[in-house]
Amino acid sequence: MAIRVQEQPFDPGGEANAFADAQDDAGAVVTFTGIVRDLPEGGGLDRMVIEHYPGMTEKALDQIAADARARWELADVLIIHRYGEMRAGERIMMVATAARHRKHAFEAAEFLMDYLKSRAPFWKKEHTTDGGVWVAARDEDEDALSRW
Amino acid sequence: MDVLYFAWVRERIGLPREQVQTQARTVHDLVAELRAREERYAVAFSDLSALRVAVDQELADFDAPLDGVREVAFFPPMTGG
Repeated sequence: MAIRVQEQPFDPGGEANAFADAQDDAGAVVTFTGIVRDLPEGGGLDRMVIEHYPGMTEKALDQIAADARARWELADVLIIHRYGEMRAGERIMMVATAARHRKHAFEAAEFLMDYLKSRAPFWKKEHTTDGGVWVAARDEDEDALSRW
Repeated sequence: MDVLYFAWVRERIGLPREQVQTQARTVHDLVAELRAREERYAVAFSDLSALRVAVDQELADFDAPLDGVREVAFFPPMTGG
């Protein structure tokens, strides 16, 4: 299991391959990659800045991964999440899950994403030429936790 | 104890962390002390429903006790992923 919180970019394809290569006993690998979206209607995003809470971030991600492993039969879990400044199209984060069977890998990846959204201490700020706006948490992200 | 602020809470208060000498027994008591300090704190803590709190790096409620606690952090709902 690996959890990385980092400022520098990462290569999702290379990470996915290395993760799959490291498995002996998994028949399924699911990966999810989050990408910086431009703003709707014409865009105009100059940059996104992600702030986090060093120390708590790592603990929260460890706990979320441990919860997933307690719930599904997982061979392995990878979480990478960036902080700092990034532009539209850059990769923000990825999760990968490995399991003997795909159902476990898919469900666990969704669970990880749902919890990462609203239980890991990251905050996004979108900057345009007009200034910066903190991204508001959405009710549906909080509601998504209730299905688990 | 150390009190930390993140995202717009940090911006409104104007600093990321500070040492606070306090006898506050709960997070609520600490918030009341901070609010009473200066306008910028009163503004940042005006709507607690818009805030989350972590006590020693674990999410907590505003009625959480502060006995023996080293670090309290205030921030808006998280937007990871």
